[in-house]
Amino acid sequence: MIKIDIIKRIGGRYGNFELKVNTAFHSNSITRIAGPSGIGKTTLLKILAGLILPDAGTITVDDKVWFDKEEKISKEVQERQIGFVFQDYALFPNMTVKAHLKYGTDDLAYINRLLEFGEMAHLENRLPKQLSGGQQQRLAILRALSTKPKLLLLDEPFAALDAELKLRFINKLIPLLAEQKTTVIFASHHDNEFGEHSGYVFNFKSYGN
Amino acid sequence: MEPIWLSIKLAIITTILLLFIGIPIAYWLSRKQNIIKLVIEGLITMPLVLPPSVLGFYLLLAFSPKNAFGIWLHRNFDLQLVFSFKGLVIASIIYSLPFMISPIKAAFAHLPQSISQASYLMGKSKIQTFFYVLLPNIKPSILTAAVLTFAHTLGEFGVVLMIGGNIPGETRVASVAIYDAVETMDYNSANSYALILFAITFIIVIGVFVVNRNAVKSPFE
Repeated sequence: MIKIDIIKRIGGRYGNFELKVNTAFHSNSITRIAGPSGIGKTTLLKILAGLILPDAGTITVDDKVWFDKEEKISKEVQERQIGFVFQDYALFPNMTVKAHLKYGTDDLAYINRLLEFGEMAHLENRLPKQLSGGQQQRLAILRALSTKPKLLLLDEPFAALDAELKLRFINKLIPLLAEQKTTVIFASHHDNEFGEHSGYVFNFKSYGN
Repeated sequence: MEPIWLSIKLAIITTILLLFIGIPIAYWLSRKQNIIKLVIEGLITMPLVLPPSVLGFYLLLAFSPKNAFGIWLHRNFDLQLVFSFKGLVIASIIYSLPFMISPIKAAFAHLPQSISQASYLMGKSKIQTFFYVLLPNIKPSILTAAVLTFAHTLGEFGVVLMIGGNIPGETRVASVAIYDAVETMDYNSANSYALILFAITFIIVIGVFVVNRNAVKSPFE
């Protein structure tokens, strides 16, 4: 169980507001964070990842404290064992497809499995700029999986994939996530991103201020 | 041809040392801004706007064996920096600091934050991220900075003259030799030094254009 109870003051292109979240996510399951643009879905994912620190509150994951403002606890980003898919992919321009995965693991068999699974084996020596948008997005997901994360956070993960490819990809992704007992939390506007596998939905609502 | 070789030697040594000094400073300056960094960046940029003689004058005072710092250098390191090649190297490093640091700093600042974050999330330390992700993605800027530094050091005159004087084989670099030759009306020597210096720097500049032809754009564009 991932328990989060935080406050973060945000100033940005959507204006100043206070992000307050108090909820829990189930472990070993898939949860979608739903809600309109600008409500703080990306910020919430980044707070879970430790990339943004809340102004107050606590985060506990399977009874371990990851963040506690009052106790001045904040687990290092590197130690959270998180796979993160950025909305802009954040691929490394200097690394080939295969090098991205090698950066995350030394397990060659696993790398080949990921490449096959993302239908990218024939592209393994290409640089990100030589890939299409959909291929870049798949690489971002494969890279996040390369470290076998306990928690996978995805920000609009399949926006660049066509429906058919998305379905094939998800059908391979689900057993892998189950095998590795990965908890998935993703932000998306779309209802059935994970198709029949969609688990919980966390509806992010604004209560006005 | 001794002054030409001396100029090239000075430029190579200055450039190599400045790469090691400049890259970490540029990285540090490209992170979060604060007032201390602003002041330091201002100091580093001063050689761009000051007449080289001003810098040379203060370095001359600082290195002088009659002053505290000069005495300290002499006692502890047996270093005599005034009118010596080592002194020229140090003066050149200070004088060329902005040429090395500002392109590299700009390149670091332009890298999206998310690529460092992606690396941290994969469990990589700041050092690993620096060497495997950040540095390889700013290679064209490092090359540009190194070449600018090299060419700028070749063309140095005021600082070199103030600190080094005109000792053949030790501090008499090409730019000083040209000035010296003109003063003694030896236009032939002046012309040959000048022509060689022009040719070398022109080739370097063209070389950078060719190498950077495809890389002038940031890898993210």
